[in-house]
Amino acid sequence: MNSGIDLEMSFTEGVQNLGLSHELAHLLWIPLPMLLVLVSAVIGVLVTVWLERKISAAAQQRIGPEYAGALGILQPMADGLKLLVKEDIIPARADNVLFTVGPILVLVPVILSWLIVPFGQNLLISNVGIGIFLWIALSSIQPIGLLMSGYSSNNKYSLLGGLRAAAQSISYEIPLALAVLAIVMMSNSLSTIDIVNQQNTAGFLSWNIWRQPVGFIIFWICALAECERLPFDLPEAEEELVAGYQTEYAGMKFALFYLAGYINLVLSALLVSVLYLGGWGFPISIDWFSSLIGVSIDNPLVQVIAASLGIVMTVLKAYLLVFLAILLRWTTPRVRIDQLLDLGWKFLLPISLVNLLVTASLKLTFPITFGG
Amino acid sequence: MNIAYSTELICFLILSSIIVSGSLAVVLLENIVYSAFLLGGVFMAVGGLYLLLNASFVAAAQILVYVGAVNVLILFAIMLVNNKEKLEPIKGLKTRRFISGAVCSGLLILLLRVSITTKWNIPGPKSIGEEATERIGEHLFTDYLLPFELASILLLMAMIGAIVLARRDISITSNKLGDFNNEKSLSDNKIPLLSENSLK
Repeated sequence: MNSGIDLEMSFTEGVQNLGLSHELAHLLWIPLPMLLVLVSAVIGVLVTVWLERKISAAAQQRIGPEYAGALGILQPMADGLKLLVKEDIIPARADNVLFTVGPILVLVPVILSWLIVPFGQNLLISNVGIGIFLWIALSSIQPIGLLMSGYSSNNKYSLLGGLRAAAQSISYEIPLALAVLAIVMMSNSLSTIDIVNQQNTAGFLSWNIWRQPVGFIIFWICALAECERLPFDLPEAEEELVAGYQTEYAGMKFALFYLAGYINLVLSALLVSVLYLGGWGFPISIDWFSSLIGVSIDNPLVQVIAASLGIVMTVLKAYLLVFLAILLRWTTPRVRIDQLLDLGWKFLLPISLVNLLVTASLKLTFPITFGG
Repeated sequence: MNIAYSTELICFLILSSIIVSGSLAVVLLENIVYSAFLLGGVFMAVGGLYLLLNASFVAAAQILVYVGAVNVLILFAIMLVNNKEKLEPIKGLKTRRFISGAVCSGLLILLLRVSITTKWNIPGPKSIGEEATERIGEHLFTDYLLPFELASILLLMAMIGAIVLARRDISITSNKLGDFNNEKSLSDNKIPLLSENSLK
């Protein structure tokens, strides 16, 4: 197994050559990938907002945004700018502190979860050992932010909306975690790097989607529910109910909810591609391809091409899933609250338990294909 | 003093001051909603302490269980009760507060004495870092299997109890808990399983 490009090592070596200590070099390195990932997350959101506008327009036989930049690509920037300069209204008799902290508590765990998204062998912020478990733990903080903003708005519709959103988020977290557990069982590791490496032995044939088709569907449904996307956007339900926990919010605080929703969507799509679609892996094994044309895999040029191909593949797979989510949003009707809870507790939970059991028994019977 | 050590010290000081002041505020604040949210903050800070001790799995489990489950449950309970209702003043509040304060400070003094007089083995055992997850799993399925299973039975009992409490429409006279009986009991208006009448 080749280690690929290690930017951190080259950076710290370069800085050390300038005469700084190893620790200081490491300290200088730490903010760089964080900033890069933060910027790419925000750009990812802008692209998703533009896609949402364009695809919804196509689904409804409209043209969509057209005048702001070529094909309207500057439209999301205009949206963001509008929200930025809007007046920040805090309702009378609302709880000032909780009203401000609520949206932050919704956004911060989502951004922290980008810590574990890998774009290549060494292209992630930190290869923490608990990997995917960190994401599950962090996403369980979000309901507190929702409850907080619902409660502090001093509005009964906001309070009810906050309770509704928190209940939905909690009930879909369980099948989600069980689907992830089946994957973890197959790859014998919680680390996202190991999960991807275990899938990239034979090109697209070794992706987890073939071994975990049921888990893939469970994970995708739960991820949509966690992101409050339409079939499951009951917390907001814009045509039917008062807009839930975000009713009283305006300006930048509303934008934080908006941003958290879209960052979470892109993150979920990235994690689906990491867990089930082979992450940065190319459909054809790079090792095999390079041996075919007679170039060593350790060749620097091959390494750079492979790394950039990895980033492109991860983003491409994620955006295919984002496209699917947007298409689902504009073509499917909303479920009722009782259908939502029935689906979560009476269907997905037992199915994911059975999936876990079947995976465990298959792992024992066919240790070669199911990671013994 | 190198950078790593001073960073660790600063993190420890911040986290422990959050824990101490936060838990004091949880107890002393009048507003129950603030107390519940601050409790979540204290749980997160404790998770941070675990992270500082290189126990990342325990830290994530702390966040998942205490912040994501326990604290959310407490918040749900608080937000679903009517907080407009005026609570009756409790008799002898001052003496109660004095007694509980005395008990708590006594416990604090006892703990301080223990922590000062004990000869701590510094530096302690080396942390195993990323291997911790596997080691915890091994222990749970070998020498701690019985307590682990007992805890899961306790949780199962609590779950069944919660279901029985929540579904008061299940009648005593229906000997089967099938759907047909439940619907029948709803329309018949028999004595509920857990009501004032059934307890007499």
